[in-house]
Order: sequence, then C-alpha cells, then structure tokens
Amino acid sequence: MAEYSFLSLLKNAWNGNRDWKPAWRKPDPRPAYDVVIIGGGGHGLSTAYYLAKEHGIANVAVLEKGYLGSGNIGRNTTMIRSNYLLPANQRFYEHSMKLWESLSHDLNYNVMFSQRGCLNLAHSPAQLDDFARRGNAMRHAGIDAELMSREQIRRFVPALDIDFGGRFPVVGGLIQRRAGTARHDAVAWGYARAADRRGVDIIENCEVTGFLRDADRIVGVATTRGEIRAGKVAVAVAGSTGRVMKLAGVDRLPIESHVLQAFVSEGIKPFMDTVVTFGAGHLYVTQSDKGGMVFGGDIDGYNTYAQRGNLPIVEDVMSEMCAMFPGLTRVRLLRSWGGIMDMSMDGSPIITTGPLPGMYLNCGWCYGGFKATPASGWCFAWTIARDEPHPINAPFALDRFHRGILIDEKGQGATPKLH
Amino acid sequence: MSAGRAPSGGRIDRARSIRFTFDGRSYSGHAGDTLASALLANGVSMVARSFKYHRPRGVLSAGVDEPSALVTVLRGKVREPNVPATQIEIFDGLVTESQNRFPSLDFDFGAMNSLAGDLFSAGFYYKTFMGPVIGPLRGTRFWMFCEWFIRRAAGLGRAGHERDPARYERMNAFCDVLVVGSGPAGLAAAKAAAVGGKRVILAEQEPVLGGSAKWSGETIDGIEAAEWASAREAELAGMPDVRLLPRTAVWGYYDGNTLAALERVNDHKADAAPGEPRHRHWTIRAGAVVLATGAFERPLVFPGNDVPGVMLAGAAERYAVEYGVLPGRRIVLFTNNDSTYRAAAALRRAGAAIAAIIDARREISAGARQLAQEAGGELLTGHAVVATSGRKALSGISVQRYDAASEVLSGEPRQIEADCLAVSGGWSPAIHLASQAGQAPQWDERLQAFLPPKPTQNWIGAGAFDGAFTTRETIAEGTAAGATAAGARASRAKPPEVEAPELDAAPAPIFEIKAKGKAFVDLQHDVTAEDVRLAHREGFVSVEHLKRYTTLGMATDQGKTSNVPGLAIMADAAGKSIPEVGTTRFRPPFSSVPLGALAAERHGDLKPERLTPMHDWHVENGARMYTAGLWLRPQIYGLPGETVEQAYVRETRTVRDGVGIVDVSTLGKIAVQGPDAAEFLDRVYTNLFSTLPVNKARYGLMLREEGIAFDDGTTWRLAEHEFLMTTTTANAGKVMQHLEYYLDTVWPELRVHVASVTDQWAGAALSGPKSREVLAACMKGTAVGDDALPFMGIVHGEIADVPVTVCRLSFSGELAYEIYCGAGHGIHVWEALMEAGEPFGIVPYGLEALGTMRIEKGHVTGAEIDGRTTARDLHLDWMLSKRKPFIGSAMMDREGLVAPDRIQLVGVVSLDNRALNGGAHIVEELDPENPRGSVGHVTAACYSPVLGKYIGLALVKGGKARHGTRAHVSDPLRKRFGPVEIVSHHFFDPEGSRMHG
Amino acid sequence: MLITCPYCGPRDLAEFSYQGDANRTRPDPASTDPEAWNAYVYDRANTAGDHREYWQHSGGCRVHLAVTRNTLTHEIKDVALARDGAVKKPSARRKTGAKA
Repeated sequence: MAEYSFLSLLKNAWNGNRDWKPAWRKPDPRPAYDVVIIGGGGHGLSTAYYLAKEHGIANVAVLEKGYLGSGNIGRNTTMIRSNYLLPANQRFYEHSMKLWESLSHDLNYNVMFSQRGCLNLAHSPAQLDDFARRGNAMRHAGIDAELMSREQIRRFVPALDIDFGGRFPVVGGLIQRRAGTARHDAVAWGYARAADRRGVDIIENCEVTGFLRDADRIVGVATTRGEIRAGKVAVAVAGSTGRVMKLAGVDRLPIESHVLQAFVSEGIKPFMDTVVTFGAGHLYVTQSDKGGMVFGGDIDGYNTYAQRGNLPIVEDVMSEMCAMFPGLTRVRLLRSWGGIMDMSMDGSPIITTGPLPGMYLNCGWCYGGFKATPASGWCFAWTIARDEPHPINAPFALDRFHRGILIDEKGQGATPKLH
Repeated sequence: MSAGRAPSGGRIDRARSIRFTFDGRSYSGHAGDTLASALLANGVSMVARSFKYHRPRGVLSAGVDEPSALVTVLRGKVREPNVPATQIEIFDGLVTESQNRFPSLDFDFGAMNSLAGDLFSAGFYYKTFMGPVIGPLRGTRFWMFCEWFIRRAAGLGRAGHERDPARYERMNAFCDVLVVGSGPAGLAAAKAAAVGGKRVILAEQEPVLGGSAKWSGETIDGIEAAEWASAREAELAGMPDVRLLPRTAVWGYYDGNTLAALERVNDHKADAAPGEPRHRHWTIRAGAVVLATGAFERPLVFPGNDVPGVMLAGAAERYAVEYGVLPGRRIVLFTNNDSTYRAAAALRRAGAAIAAIIDARREISAGARQLAQEAGGELLTGHAVVATSGRKALSGISVQRYDAASEVLSGEPRQIEADCLAVSGGWSPAIHLASQAGQAPQWDERLQAFLPPKPTQNWIGAGAFDGAFTTRETIAEGTAAGATAAGARASRAKPPEVEAPELDAAPAPIFEIKAKGKAFVDLQHDVTAEDVRLAHREGFVSVEHLKRYTTLGMATDQGKTSNVPGLAIMADAAGKSIPEVGTTRFRPPFSSVPLGALAAERHGDLKPERLTPMHDWHVENGARMYTAGLWLRPQIYGLPGETVEQAYVRETRTVRDGVGIVDVSTLGKIAVQGPDAAEFLDRVYTNLFSTLPVNKARYGLMLREEGIAFDDGTTWRLAEHEFLMTTTTANAGKVMQHLEYYLDTVWPELRVHVASVTDQWAGAALSGPKSREVLAACMKGTAVGDDALPFMGIVHGEIADVPVTVCRLSFSGELAYEIYCGAGHGIHVWEALMEAGEPFGIVPYGLEALGTMRIEKGHVTGAEIDGRTTARDLHLDWMLSKRKPFIGSAMMDREGLVAPDRIQLVGVVSLDNRALNGGAHIVEELDPENPRGSVGHVTAACYSPVLGKYIGLALVKGGKARHGTRAHVSDPLRKRFGPVEIVSHHFFDPEGSRMHG
Repeated sequence: MLITCPYCGPRDLAEFSYQGDANRTRPDPASTDPEAWNAYVYDRANTAGDHREYWQHSGGCRVHLAVTRNTLTHEIKDVALARDGAVKKPSARRKTGAKA
C-alpha cells in the first residue's frame, strides 16, 4: 500500500483519485491468531499496532462489533494533555504525549496533533496554589507547565470574559503548552491502516458473543462471524467492559458505566487558539480546525449504557460556555452526542494481565481515554507480549483498589460520578 | 432577467415596505418576507460562499433545511453567524452580511481553493502536512504551521466578543398532547386532541401555521388550503387548553417524553418589547406526542448542481405562492417524481415561463402530464440534466437522453437557456425526533425514503412524517393520531374533502446523474459524488465512516437534504442496498440552537452568590471579598494603602494581643436530632460522641468508607437527643448528603433526623485574650467565666436582646468563642459585639488572618484533607477510636494507606526570610534548572507575626522523621527556590495554654 | 428522565442526585474481612438492563429512593423509599457496632 505524502496526493489527483486503495483490508476472520484483541477503537487498534511494531507479534486480529472507531475514539472532545498531579499518571500520560508528538510520522497518517496548549483557569488564590502544586509536580517530573497571569490570559484568549460577568474573576491559570488537540477519527484510521500494513487483521461487524475456554484458561472467542481461537485474548472495550467481561463470567469490576455528552457548535472563524477549562465549574473547550467549538462538561452522573444524555447537563454546559465566552450566545449548538465512559473507582484506568488466565484487560478510562490512546496501546502491547506490565502501567493494576494503593487524581474516592 | 417579485400573489403584505441591508447595500422587501425571499425578489442570486472551495452559493430551499444561503445577522456589534437566510424574517433596519469570503462575496481569494480541485479530495489532509522528520519544522510544527492557514480558510461566519444584551428565558410546560408541526396533519391532530378537553401544545418552527397548506394550492372542504389552515388555527386559538407556539422548533426528544424546543420570540422585530426575551427555551413534558413534522425535499446530484439558481422545486413553488417571488423568469424543472409538476404549474401561474420539465423517468402519471400541460414548456421525459452554465448565476443547462435502468446517457447534449433550475429527487420524511427517541429508521422501497422507527417513547406519527403524502391521508392520519394521543376514540366525523391533483408519491430510485464535472452532494461542505466514491475506494463504506471521512452531512444543516443522496451514491458504489450501507442515527438538536437560549436565565448570572447575614457590613467596612465556592467571604479588611500581607499581619497581631472577630456563618451546620443521635455520631465520626456531656462540644473527624479523611469540625451536644454538627464550608453539602445516605439506606432503624441549618444560623468567632471581656460586656446575665464556660463548653444567653448560643472553641489558638444567633439577627449581634469590643480595640478579620492563625497552630483544612490523605498522614490518628467501629475503620489499615513512604503533615520555616508559596514543592537537593526529586509540597503559607518568620504547612514523605532537617522549596512555576527547615506543624503554643487559659 | 418521588410526585432528573448502585450490602461493621469490605466499596455489577440504584431527591424532600431503571433505555420500572428496602434489625438499635 502506498505511502501517503504530498507527492502521492499530487500523483493521484492527476489520475482523478482513481488509484487510492482501501486504508485497511476487510479480511474474513481466520480460525486462530496469536492474539485476539476485542475492541476496534483507539486503544484496541493502537495495541495491535504496537504488538506488531514493538514486539514482532503480527498474527493479531482486532474484532469490532460495529464499524471501526464507533465508540469513544470518535465521540470525545479530542483533547490531549499530560498535566497530571500524581506520579503514576504523569509518567503514563507523558509517555503518551511523547508518542503523540511523533505519531503522524510514525503512522504515516496526519492525526493533526496541534500543540496549541491547554489552559486551566483559576478563580481564587487558593485554586491557583492548587494548580501551582500540580504544575510544579509536572515540572519536577520533566513535564512542561507554566503559570499565566490574568493579564497574560487576557491577551492569550481575548474572547474570554476574564471576570465571568464579575462572578468568578480569573486570577491566573496553569498552561501546558505541549498539550492540544488531534483529529479523533484520524487516530483510529491511522492506527488501523498502520496495523493493517504490518499484517494485523482488522475485522469489523464481528461481535464477540462468548469466550472459549480450556479449563480455566481463555483460549479464544465466539463471535457473530464464527469461533476464533487465540493464544491470548485482550479486552479493550471501554464503555462496554461490563458487558464483555460478563461473557467471560467476570460479574463485578471496579467500574460503572456513565454517559458523557459532548457538544459542537456550528463552524465559526478562528475564535480561540487553545484549549481552555473553567475552574469554578466543569467545562473544557477547544475549536476544531473546521471551526466548530468543541466542548463538554460533567457526565450525566447515573449508570447507563445508552449513548445519549439528558437536558440538565446540556443546560449546565451551555450556561458555562456563555459565561466564559459572552460572544457565543448567538452561536448555535449544532450537534450533541453521548459516549459511555468506564468510570473507575479512583478515576484512573486499568491495564493489566488477567483477571482470567489467557486474558488481558484494558479499561476504566473515565474521561481520559483519548489522550491515552498511544500509551495505552503501547503499555497494553507490552503487557500482552511479556505477560507482565511495563513499569509505566504497573501502578494501573486491578488489585490496587483492594490494596488501597489508589491513583485518585481528584481525591473523590469510590464515587465514580465525581471523577 | 433573473429572479424577482411577481406582479401579484403571495401572502406578503405588499402595502408594507421594509428596508434592510445585505453586505452594506440597502434593499427593500415586504412584511412577511424572509431574507431569502426578499433577496430573490431583488434579483440577488448569490448570497454565500461554500465551506471548502468557496464556490458561489444561492438559495436552495425555503426552510430550516437550507445548506447554502447562510449569512451573519448583526445587532449593533453583537454578531449571529451562520443563520439561514430562509429563516430570517425581515424587519426595518435588519443588517446582514455574507460570510466566508475575503475581501468580498463577489471577489473571494478563497475561491482559489477550487483550482486545486482533485488535490483537495475527501480526506486529503490525512495524507499530507506531516512535515519533515528533522529540522525546525519537525514533530508537530509543520502541521501547526499549515493549520494556521487552514483554520482561517475554514469556519463560516465570525463570532464577536461582545456581551449579548438580550435576555433569554427558560419555560417549563406540561401538556397531555404535544403536536409537533402545524401542517394539515398537525392541525388535524391538535384539533382532535383538543376536542377531548386535553391540554394541547402545538409547536410550529415557522412564523405562520399551516405547513404545506400555505402553498399547496389545494382546496380543502371547498376553501383554499391556506384559508382552511387559518380557520383551523383560529379555531384552536379559541380553545381554552390549547397553546399555539409559532416560531418554535422542537429540537430534542429526551427521556420520559421530555422535549426541548426553541421559541424565537423577537428575532423578527427591530426592538424587543419591554421585558421580552429574545428566545425562550422550552422544556415540554408531554403525556403523548404527535409527530407531524412533514418531509424534506432532496435534490438530485448532477454536474454543476451547485450554481446559484439551482433550487429545490418545492422551494421554488413556495417562493412563488407564499412570497410572490419568482425564483427565475425562465425556469427549467428537473425531477424524478410527480410533486415537481405541481410546482411547475404554480410557477407558471405566478408568471414565470417554464422552459422545460425534464423528468429522468420515461413514464409519468396522468395527473403529472396534465399539470405539465398547464405549466407549458417542453416536457422531456427520459432525460436528465448533465451540466449547467453560469458561475455566480445560472444561465442555462445541458440535457441529454437518459435511461434510468442502465444509467446511460445518450444523444447530443442540448442547451436550454434558464435562470432557475428547480430540482427534486423525492422527499425524505423528517424523522429526526423519532430517531433521537428510539431505534434505527426503516427504509421504504416504494417511497425511496427512511420512515420512522417503531416508537420506544409515547409518540404517534402522522402525515408526510409517516410517509403519507396526500393531504387527504395526512388529515385522516392527523385526526386519528390526535385522538389516540388524547386517549379518545377516533372521530366519526366525515373527513374533509380535498381537491388536489392525482399524483404518484413514489419517486423513481434515481439519485445521481453521472456525467463529467463536479456534482455536489453536500452543498455547504463541498462534498462531491466523486468524494463519496473515493471514500468507498478507500474503504470508508459504513455510513458513519462516510460522514466522518468526507464530512458529508456534518454541516450546519446536518445533511437534511444531502444524507439520502450521499447514502444512495455510496450504496451504488458498494453494490449494496441503501439500508445495507446503514442509516444514520439523528442526534439532538434537530436544528441548531443558540447557546444563549440554552443558558437561558443563567446567561449573565451563572451561579448564585451565597452571602452571609453580615455581608453588607463587611462590604461597608472595607472588606475585600473573596470567592470561596459559591460564598463570598472577607479576605482582609484593608486600611488605605495596606498590602494584603500588611493587613492580615495587623489583623492577626490584634487577635493575638487583644481581640478580633470573624464571620464563620459559612461553616456547614447540621442539626442531628433523635434518640439515636449519639449512636449515629459514633458511627460517622472516628471518635466518640456518645460520651459527650450536654452543653459540651467536641472536635470530630470523619473518614470516607475507604478509610481516607473526609471532613472535620466540632459538634455540640445541645441536649440529650440533640446535636449541632459543624462541617467545613466546602464540604457542607457533601457531609449532609453522606449523613442522609447512611440514615436512609444503611441504618434506617436509627431514630435520627438530620436537617441542614447552615442558612438558619449566623456565626461569629470572637478570638483573642480579651475576647472573654468583650463577651462579658455584651452578654448580660450569663456567666462566661472559665468555670461557667470552660473550654469546649456551651452556654445560652442573649446579646442585645437576641438569643444566642455560645461555644468556647478555638481555631485561632487563642481564647475564643463561637457565637451563633438566628440568621436574621446576625448583623445586629455582630454590631453589638463590635460595639462591646471597641474599648478593647477589636478588629474584624478575614480569611487571610484566619488562615495565618490556623497555620501557626497546625490545624488542617481542605488543603491538607484533600481526599487522598489519611488521619495518620495528618497526625490525627489519636482521634481513631479503638472502642467502636466507624465509617472507614474497616478499611483504613490497608497496605496502601499505611505505607511508610506516605506523605505526612509537617511545618516548614523559610530560612531565606522570603515568603513561601502554597503549591511549592519540597526537595532535598535544589536544582532550579532541572527540577526533580520532589518529596512533598507546601499546602499553605503565610508570614507568622508571632514567629516573625515566613512559615508554611507541608505534606512531605516521611515527614515526622525529617523534623529539624533542612530541605528546599522548589517552585519553578514562580521561580522561587530557597532553603527551609522542616519542623513540627505545631508552630505556636503547642500545649494550647492560650486557648485553655 | 422523570422520577416519581413517593412524596412529591413525578419530578425532573435535575432535582435528583444519583447515589449509586443499590445492590450492595454493607458488611457487618464489626467485621474486618477485607474481601467483603473491598467488594462493598469498590466492586459493581454495572448491569446492562434493569438496575437497582439509589437516587436522592436532593432538590426536593431529600429522601433516598430505591429506583429500578433500565440502563439501556432509561425506562424507570419501579420507585420505592430506600428505607423500606433497607434491612431492618430493630433489636440491635442501641448496641454500638452491631448493625449491618
């Protein structure tokens, strides 16, 4: 399959774009693979890619029940950052950031990673100190972070109402300049194409209906397209983790499924050039390259597997948008949608061997799954290939809850709706 | 000649002329015109530029489905971008401008994109702009460089930064039956529901009710359809339980039959009436819903189909009949179905010349043939349009013989001169709301359209929404649906007589004419049929992939006219049927909604302010107020010229040496009452409260179930069965909910009632060595000496004739009293205390001084109880009772919570005599260039007047073992580095002799 | 979503706070069995289908409700006062720590 480049684009344009080949093949499933990955979303696809690239394991199938990238990889607000407080998260998300920085070249696919910065607004000196604590923690871990003054913020985001109508004046902010956004679908497609080029079979419209066992060991899956045996079965189905794991007889996990709504406005000319978050509520905003304001707030806050939310959150989020950007009251909401989040009990993910022999589990991404896509796949591939976690994902073990070694970035405890 | 006003006809008010501007030029229209109809009447055909190629765009439709004619509306400096001209009712002084063009609509540099043609095919940006691997543009820089230009070329209209002076309003409504859509089906449904006495709401997105009756030209019950609709409207308006909502678009169908609607209250007026909101955001809870939302016409896809002057046939008909506007003087129609023939006849009647009717079908119905005769012009069946001429306005078309079955074009192309091409590719029912509320829609082969899914919520469909395309069927369905929704039996009244041409509702399955040239599917995003085929070639076949890869249907119109043609072209390329390619799931909103409308009354008033009873006094007495959650609290009471530090140091000194007073009304206060109250508190606090005597208070600590510190505060025993619990300000709501949860779900047998009384009590803390004297001076008749009111003791009495409860407890570390009175008397008691304290030099103090004194004392607050620390981390393990289980006791000893490398609370003293910052980190070895090796962080810092040093509290790994050692603060964010000594967190009076004294 | 509070009638979602999975039983407080406690605090059935859960009518009468709701459709099947569903052992009322 041809490399993508400006030259190939020119050549094909000359030929009326008739010679482009499918970005990935559409193979039928083979009877057996070394590794079967359940879930053709960002994490499953990146896992397949890194298995092939880093570990030489290319006899891999990725099974997707619908179309590739139909889950949260295509439903998020596309933000990428590594501005975390806790060391385990810093190591993991910074690893991800480094992979992001070379991802377009690595995949030969422009994922449009735009390092336009992510600015957290602080509305009281105490909150700014709290941000300084986090920013300093980042700096001590080798991650970029800066404080911005009110004046700097005013110049950096002129559209912002720096006083929030007088109610929540901004006193300063924390910015990670290397943070930014990427084109979410391109990440799924880029990983799919790159994994496919290394020999991975990506099988869409193939729903897992059960697990094959040999005594205690998981040795494959039953699917709507037949049984597939596998040396190892990896589960990367955030949003459907509960349902898939029940098929394997794992009835309880430290996870609740919640819906997070996301919103996009109609396209407008460049309005702001960064990612901004509101500190006296919950709102995060960016602008897509097409011009739509892309934003979200809290999860709806109840268990659900339905990919749609309700009005109260819509109203909350719009109120905060208008308070942040008074010029947007007459800009119009174009589309809203919901994605199902695996909300874990400490707000951090799980990347682990097990919990059954022959099985590997990647789940619990809460809001944070998109930016984690490269590192999640990278670490999960390592864990699958070597049957043990890499030091970067070792803290994200399943037994950390019971042992009390929690990674609770928000300090909210076992109340998933608050993470 | 081009488009213009017909000499007569239309439901506009020709007696009233209205002036408006578009791109700085003044035009005139009539009352009842939309911007689109008025511009067409003025012969303006090009009104916009497309998104990607910046191609000239005209008006395609006459409604909410408009993809092309988007403009910006200006109200002073407040901008409203991307409004379809078809949705703007003109008024005197309306100012609009075109968008996505530079420098002007007529001459736009962006149109150069068109030259790149095939290079800018679907998804091209994924394949390039990756940049060099080395050099200054490596990594993401090259992309970001390109992105700068791409972003500026993209986007549509421009938003401003101005604050919107308009008011937005939220309205809740309840009804038995909500009818969405006021065409013949909706009107019939509303009437059928209302005659049963039900509460009915009828919502119509357009300004005038009637739907297709306004332009169908049919006769219902012997009168003209539009008059019939007006009569029905008048009838409904006279019924007591019917609410008619014109200009109201129902855009969201949420759980529990909750629907969201946007009413555009005064967008059509030059000035708002007093108190009138601009928009009203309706939340309608309906017992049942009748969906009578009609159908959208879809265009045919053929080369050159995007030139201004190409318009939907139904829209052309509407402009002629409803607005008295001829979209062209010499019109060609191109269709695959019968509905276009009615349009042709209507256009002819309005005064246009019909040059030709081109039908891709070979056979047409007799009814159509008769209408063709009425319309005049050539009838070319078995023909297709294969090209258009004209760039900014249509000047003609080319037509060829066409065989629908084989899709083969034959014969020489023939040119026909025309200034308007009215096209129709059939009709797609507007099933969006039903799709939001339920399952996937169903493909109907005969109608070549998606019909609504089976309901999962309580709605009933009627009319074109349901695939009924004749007015007779539509009214019958509407009547039945209205009756069913109202729970009544269907009316046996005779259905109305409808006189209408006999037409065949089924179109031929023709979506695209494949000929040479760019044929557009999505007119706004410039997605061509070739782009769809490219997506197929590259494997993006499923409907969602198609949409995401090509951006088809993702524009402001959400693909109302383009979804089905796009799917059909993909199905054709993939050799599948349309439903095999997939159906798209519609999401809210049905049509776009201004963010301000959804913010409603919270626009300009995001969150309530919580003010203490003494708030006005603080403000009048020079307090600088500080936002703490929703509360506003005094930070300092600065004197002229004082810095914050000077102010809090002065306030602190006065408290330590004399007496001060602070407002503590914000503390959470919870009344815990009942025979089992003490038992309950024993379970929720780590320490014992059942042993607390009446009229004594105790400091308590709560854990979360996982064994992590949750909240602290004092709880006072006011009587055997009555306690007053105080919580931190920040956690008041959470603690309340925590208590209620356990009482309701875990210990329902406990006879305890809890009630939040935070807002019922005003509180002031009187602190300092002279506080007792002040209290004694104003609390007449109540002994407050050490015997009568010992440390942690409680007395009741009066201050300035107001009953008060006083507890001797101390956060400052001084002799201190917390004085509570009814909130309404707060300011009265506060002033009495100030007056009594005057001889003693009392000062009010704010949060900074409060924080300073708590740091000196080593008391913890939210900065230390941050949801991750344990009682042990904070040296509060002495409070963990071993005599009883409590919430958190079973889990607090897990390995992760007792690990030796956990952080612990310590004090830090600046050794370079410079201020410390909260949020600075602690390191053993300082390396400002390359900060690393953090062992903890400063949680709070201040200048300590009593120590004469800058100090702080910190959470540091192995904290206690480090007492007496040196370390450094490392604060690269604020470039503050320097040595500190780690000490005990009890800086001042560790024995507590001052507060016990 | 509308929840019918037994005291207040049908009320909008916005008036309620979600209080989580109602399928868990708190272990005997005197018990220190770590597995039982961990399971109670951290593990969830996270059912796709009918789910029993607590909602507090926090913007109304503040009572906790035990609601059965379908997590695939959001249809509410049953609402009861949480107190009526919680296990009662009145005999142990005054004895410290004897309650589950």
